Amino acid sequence: MSQLAVTVIGPDRPGIIADVTEALAQVGVNLEDSTMTLLRGHFAMMIVCSGPLSPVREILEPLRGELVITVREVGPEHLHAPIGPPYILSVHGADRPGIVSAVTRMIASVGGTVTDLTTRLSGPLYVLTAEVEIPVSADLDTLYRALEITADELGVGVTLRPAEGDDL
Amino acid sequence: MVGVTVNEAVATWSPSSLGLTGSVLEVVRAPHPVLALEGATVDPLDPTMLTLAADLIATMRVSPGCVGLAAPQVGVAVQMFAVDVTNHPKTRTCHGTFVLCNAVVVEATRQEKAREGCMSVPDLTGDVKRPTRLTITGILPGTTDVLRLTTDAFEARALQHEIDHCNGLLFLDQVAGAHAIYPRQVYK
Repeated sequence: MSQLAVTVIGPDRPGIIADVTEALAQVGVNLEDSTMTLLRGHFAMMIVCSGPLSPVREILEPLRGELVITVREVGPEHLHAPIGPPYILSVHGADRPGIVSAVTRMIASVGGTVTDLTTRLSGPLYVLTAEVEIPVSADLDTLYRALEITADELGVGVTLRPAEGDDL
Repeated sequence: MVGVTVNEAVATWSPSSLGLTGSVLEVVRAPHPVLALEGATVDPLDPTMLTLAADLIATMRVSPGCVGLAAPQVGVAVQMFAVDVTNHPKTRTCHGTFVLCNAVVVEATRQEKAREGCMSVPDLTGDVKRPTRLTITGILPGTTDVLRLTTDAFEARALQHEIDHCNGLLFLDQVAGAHAIYPRQVYK
């Protein structure tokens, strides 16, 4: 049994998730991690699941058409080991090319990694929100200054703050 | 649970005490740069600031669903905002309609997450974790006494949202995670 990555993108309509997961269930696929959202109104879903490659491709074939569906085998599962405490990165400002690359480059430059990210374009306003892990060895003051300089150059606002978890 | 004692000076303050009819001002939208500026402290006796207070209330009142409006949202980077959470279903303690100058958070506890919107970010909403028990200090326009106000629930959230505006912050800076911003849903 392989671990598969299934992506589904296309015009949104009611029932896409039901159609896709029903087909997968018919060939014995076990859904594992998945995410779905609307991107500029396009339906977009990614699923990592366990199942047989060829039957999965065949069972999803009738759903192709307006939907772009890909099925690929992926390598063995890698458990993500946190490299440091989590932070929430928020960036917003006038839309222009290069905001995401410039800000995430600053995170990468101190050995940080992005674990979750979304961006939204709302009229002229561009908004990025990400969860990032920063190694404890990183110089946070230098990172804050670098982010501020980068944000000034881009004409956007940026905040980086610890992600708070409440243990109940 | 220990209740909150209403600050009578704030609760009995009325916009009519300004003696002015405010004008409805245009509300600026992100990414307008004024929304990112830290507001200057104001002289609550300054006639210009009294006019601004009346304008904030007038603008808040004509804006459907608006429970608060900060000076930067009408293009003025100063520490002043209007709030009125009267009749909102999430309101517990309520001080009615009031304007505060130079407000500062002095104590904040009991965090809860809730979804917020903003007239300056009209097409997005976001989940923001904020303290539900709040004590702030501030000055009513036309007065000089620094008041201490304690509140809870929705009024606490509204006050923190407006104080953030006065410090150049939007709810977008405070959202609870990477998937905590949503397009505003408009049903037809």
